[in-house]
Amino acid sequence: MASQVWVVVQLRDGQVSRISWEAVAAAQKLAGTQGGKAEAVVLGTGAAVGAAAADLAKADLAAVHTCDHEALRAYTPGGWIGALAPAIRAAQPAFVVFPHTYQSVDFVPRLAQTVGAGLLPEVTGFTEAGGGLEWTRPILGGKMQAKVRVKGEGTVLVSVQSGAFPADGVVTGGGSAAPVHPLAADLSGLKADREILGYEEVAGDQIDLTKADIILAVGRGVGGADKMGPVEELAKALGAEIGASRPVIDNGWLPRDRQIGSSGQTVAPKLYIAAGISGAIQHLVGMKGSTVVVAINKDPGAPIFTVAHYGIVGDLHEILPALTEAVRAAKG
Amino acid sequence: MKPLKIAVCIKQVPNTEARLRVSRDGRWLDEEDLPFVINESDEYALEEGLQLAEKTGGEVVVLSLGPERVKEALRKTLALGAARAVHLSDPAFQGGDALATGRALAAAAERGGFDLVLTGSQSDDVGYGGTGSVLAGWLGWPHVWLVMGVELEESGASVKVTREMESGVNEISRVALPAVLEIQAGINHPRYASLKGIMAAKKKEIAVQTPADLGLDAGQVGAAGSRLEIVAVSFPQSGSGAQMLEGDAKKVAATLVEKLQKEARVL
Repeated sequence: MASQVWVVVQLRDGQVSRISWEAVAAAQKLAGTQGGKAEAVVLGTGAAVGAAAADLAKADLAAVHTCDHEALRAYTPGGWIGALAPAIRAAQPAFVVFPHTYQSVDFVPRLAQTVGAGLLPEVTGFTEAGGGLEWTRPILGGKMQAKVRVKGEGTVLVSVQSGAFPADGVVTGGGSAAPVHPLAADLSGLKADREILGYEEVAGDQIDLTKADIILAVGRGVGGADKMGPVEELAKALGAEIGASRPVIDNGWLPRDRQIGSSGQTVAPKLYIAAGISGAIQHLVGMKGSTVVVAINKDPGAPIFTVAHYGIVGDLHEILPALTEAVRAAKG
Repeated sequence: MKPLKIAVCIKQVPNTEARLRVSRDGRWLDEEDLPFVINESDEYALEEGLQLAEKTGGEVVVLSLGPERVKEALRKTLALGAARAVHLSDPAFQGGDALATGRALAAAAERGGFDLVLTGSQSDDVGYGGTGSVLAGWLGWPHVWLVMGVELEESGASVKVTREMESGVNEISRVALPAVLEIQAGINHPRYASLKGIMAAKKKEIAVQTPADLGLDAGQVGAAGSRLEIVAVSFPQSGSGAQMLEGDAKKVAATLVEKLQKEARVL
């Protein structure tokens, strides 16, 4: 059964997370190329596992495997690898698909090392070409993309990037639900390899950017905390909140609660102006739901232009003051 | 507290701010005239290692795999305060994916008697984000990816680690030493090299190691030991879908405001 495709979902607040549904959609598409149906795996403790499995069983899947174990109450790589490695060794699926999240990046590479599988992180798509699959993934912070092939024998662990396989592409099953079984695995090796002491909120969300209609976000290109004047002027003229990409926060130019992206806030304003932001994927996942995106960047090759509706190639220190003037003039 | 012996793994990567060109065979970048820098999160890993070594009276040894140009990056880490460096330098090491490179670095780290191995969280070129975890797997040590804080515990047997999760939440955990920590950019403020440091670096050792030195077959490392093969690289369609506005600052500003009002109707 070398053609099996599995998808390992992640729960969030007791539910299958949105990006996990995207991974299910990817696994279904991938299973189609292997001439079969995908199988889902859900790990955790207690009632949420069964509830998530029942939800997953409505999708067009060959089976849903559950692993409900006390050691899986809080995520640890030791627990997750302890549950998945024996099952992967036993069944030898061709592919195991994961959502590309901070959690999966924490354990999937080590799972690959543990079971001797290939590791294919952060794919955005695949096509059948020349008798095999050709995968696409971003490189150089999203500035370029690579086409990648897998060589050699054995299972490959694939993680799929957020937004690459829309969750509404999940195919639902016909009349009957997919069968739900316990994961066939020896769980004796299941052990946490870090002692979880707790979780803490980083920013405390003093500023809720998710409610803003207009966001003016700045990136590394702004050049320093002392160069924020024109940004503040334009934000005031527009009635916009100021947001930022990660490097601005890491450099201490703006407080962390202004950060937009995978480790900050996810926003979808009606107008998003990105100034001096190159558009690394970690930023794009936090803002690509915006209705209208304007990108201003010196580098015409910046990936931010691929998600923009209006683009300006130029120095933000010249463009922003001119925009402030134009906005003031237009508003009278 | 016992002096910590720390390995920091760094990668030299293309400066992504530079003009990038696809190589003639279409499979990677044209490296002629391409400037290289130390991978961003690796600089933070080095700083974290130097601080932990200073606190405990220990030392940092820097490991890097790559071609001859990597020596320049290693020399820089020696100037910043690393005690010595190990360069995994052999044509057989080239073109490795996270599994192959992690295996080679693990073999080098295994020989050093380290208490802690630090890496960056992700390379700014291929960005697999898995090399440190694979390395930890080969060593059989616990690992944490995307580390935003490291605190030494009194016992000296463990560290308290802050791991960044999505949506502004951090996980705090206790991890037994020896361990591998994959450091996120922003955890600290990397130092600059002093003139004294630069002078001292000239006398520090950069040891060269080949697969044979590490007890590995050439087929276990580099492209031969990898499951992934990059067959083509390309630029995404720039501005696909975006209307690019042209002209001087005043003109593009006026055009944009007009379009946002009348076309997009968001102002």
